[in-house]
Amino acid sequence: MELRAYIVRRLLLIIPVLFGVTLLIFGLLQLFSPVERAALYVTDPKQFANIAEVIEKYGLDQPVWVQYGHWITEIFQGNLGWSKVVSQPVTSAMLNFLPATLELAIFATPLIIFGGIFLGSKAAAHKDKAIDHATRLGAIVGWSLPTFWLGLMLLMVFYGLFSGLFPPERLSTEMNIVVHSEAFTQYTKLHIIDAILNGNGRVLLDSLRHLVLPVITLTVVNLAFIMRLMRSSMLEALGKGYILTARAKGLDENTVVSKHARRNALIPVLTVSGYIFAGLVNGVVITETIFNYKGLGWWAWQSAVNLDISGVLGFALFNGVLFVFTNLVVDLLYARIDPRVRLGGKVT
Amino acid sequence: MTSLRFMLYQLRRNPLSIIGIVIILTFIIIAIFAPIIAPPPEGHIDPYMIPRDGYSPIPKPPNEEHLFGTTEGQYDIFYGVIWGTRSAFRVGLIVIGVVLVVGIVLGSLAGYFGGIIDEIIMRITDIFLAFPILILAMAITVALGPSPDNVIIALIIASWPSYARLIRGDILAVREEDYVEAARGMGGSHLRIITRHILPNSIYPTLVMASLDIGAVVLYAAALSFLGLGAQPGYVDWGQMISFSRNWIVGPPGNPLAYWYTVTIPGLFILLFVLGWNLLGDAFRDILDPRLSRK
Repeated sequence: MELRAYIVRRLLLIIPVLFGVTLLIFGLLQLFSPVERAALYVTDPKQFANIAEVIEKYGLDQPVWVQYGHWITEIFQGNLGWSKVVSQPVTSAMLNFLPATLELAIFATPLIIFGGIFLGSKAAAHKDKAIDHATRLGAIVGWSLPTFWLGLMLLMVFYGLFSGLFPPERLSTEMNIVVHSEAFTQYTKLHIIDAILNGNGRVLLDSLRHLVLPVITLTVVNLAFIMRLMRSSMLEALGKGYILTARAKGLDENTVVSKHARRNALIPVLTVSGYIFAGLVNGVVITETIFNYKGLGWWAWQSAVNLDISGVLGFALFNGVLFVFTNLVVDLLYARIDPRVRLGGKVT
Repeated sequence: MTSLRFMLYQLRRNPLSIIGIVIILTFIIIAIFAPIIAPPPEGHIDPYMIPRDGYSPIPKPPNEEHLFGTTEGQYDIFYGVIWGTRSAFRVGLIVIGVVLVVGIVLGSLAGYFGGIIDEIIMRITDIFLAFPILILAMAITVALGPSPDNVIIALIIASWPSYARLIRGDILAVREEDYVEAARGMGGSHLRIITRHILPNSIYPTLVMASLDIGAVVLYAAALSFLGLGAQPGYVDWGQMISFSRNWIVGPPGNPLAYWYTVTIPGLFILLFVLGWNLLGDAFRDILDPRLSRK
C-alpha cells in the first residue's frame, strides 16, 4: 500500500470512531432526566428559570434520534452547555482552564519521553549491572505508585517540612494580583511565557515554584511506564543480527547502542505514545485536584463531585476527540517511520 | 511436570517475583482474617463501615487504642486499612474477572469468525478506547451515581475493550495453525475448536495482562474514591481514607509532619498491594514468554 492510500484509509476510519464517541457520550446523557439534561443546552443562567422552554426548544421529550440531531447541532456550533461550578459556558470554561494544563504538559511531556527513553536504554545497555537493577526497581515502584498519594507526600515534605518551598495552587496571592493588574499583559495566559514577555522575574519565579511538584507528580508514573517499555524493546533490539554485524565490523559501542539499537527500539515506544497522552490526561485530573491547580483537570473534578453533567461530559467528549486525533498522528508517524506498516498491510 | 519444575526454578531465580508472591499472600491472609486482626467493636452493625471514636475533626496520632491513629472524624486507620484489603480484592477480582469473560467471548468471536463480526466488534472497541480509562470511568460513575458498585461497573465498561482486542490478536495468530485445521477437518464444532484448541494456545498474554491489571484497576478505583466518586464516607476504602487526610497534610507551625500517619499509612497499603500484583505479573510474563524462557 502506498503511504498516500494508507493516510486516506486512516483518515476515513476516523469518521465512524468520532461518530461512535459522540453516541457514547450521548448514551450516557440518556441516563439523566430531561430537566437535568437541559443544562447541556443552556448558554445563559437566566434560562434555568424556564426549563420547560429549554426542553421544548431542544426536543428533550422527543424520540432519541431527534434529540441526538439537536444535540450534535449544538456541539458543532460550539455549545456544550452551562458549567455550574464555574458559572460560565462549558466552552469558555475549557478555553480558560486550558492554558494552566498546557503549562503542566509542556514541562512534563519532554521529561517523560526523553527521560524514559534515556533511562530505559541506559538500563538495557548495562543489563544486570547496578544501574539496570536500580532503574528496574524504580520503574516498578513508580508504576505502582498511586499518583494522588505521591502528590500528597510531596506536598507534605516540600510544602510542610521545608516551610513553603514548593506551594500548591498556581500562583501566590500576591503574584496573582500582579498577573491580573493593568500593568501585566496576559498574551497567552501561560504565566511562564507571559512573565517572560512582560519581563517580570518575580512572576516567573513564582509560577515555576508552583509548577515543580505537579510536574514531578505527573512525570513519575508515566516515566516509569516508558522506561520499562524502552528497556525491554532495547534488549530485544540489542539481540538482533544487525547489532552483531555492527559490532563485528568494528563500530564503537556508543554508535552501536545509540544509532543501530536505539533507533529500532524507539518504534514500539512511538506506538504507545497514545497511551502517554491518556496517562497525562488521567494524571492531570488527579494532580490538579491535589495541588488545587486550577486547570482543566481541576475543573473536571469539581464538575464530577458536584454532579455537574455538562462539565463532565464536555470534558470527556473533548478528551475523546483529542485522543482520536492523537492516535491518528501517531499512526501516521508510525507508517512514515516503519515501512512494514504500509507495505505489509495488516500488522497483527 | 517438568514444566512446573521449570516454572518454580524460574520463580526462585528471580527474587523480585518471590517478593511479589509474599506480598500478595500476606494481603490474602489479611483479607481472610480481617475479623480476627481488626475485630469490629461490640454492637457495630456493618463491619464494612469504619468504627468511629467520637466526631472530632482533628486526627489523633497512633496510640494503644488506635494502632495507626485516627483520621479526620475519628475513623480508626488500623481498622480501615485491614478491612480495606477486602474492598481492594473485591474491586480488583470482580472487574478483572468480568472483563476477562467479556474479552474472551467477544475477542474469540471477532478473531475466529473474522469478517463483518470482527469489523463490528473492533469498531466498537475503537470507540471505547478513544477515552482515557479514568476519564470514561469518571463520566460513567457520575452518570450512574457515585457508589462502590458503580465504580466497579464503570471500570468494567471502560476496560473490556483492550482485552477483547488483545485476545482477538492472539487468536488471529494461531487461527491458521495446522492443528486448528486438523481439528476442523475432523469435524470439531466451532465451540470445541475455540475452547479446546485455540484459546489454550493464545490465552497466556491475556492472563499476564490480567495479573498486571489487577493492580491498575485497584489504583483507578482508589483514585475515583479519592476524587470523591466512590463510597459513602466511612466505607472501608483506601482511596477514601487518603481523601480524609487532604486537610491534614501540613501540620501546625513548628510541627509540619504532625499528621503524617493519616496519609502515609493508607497510601503504603495501596502501594504495596499494587506493587505485589505488578511483581507477580512480571514474574508470570518472564515464565510464559517463550522468547525469554529456556535460554
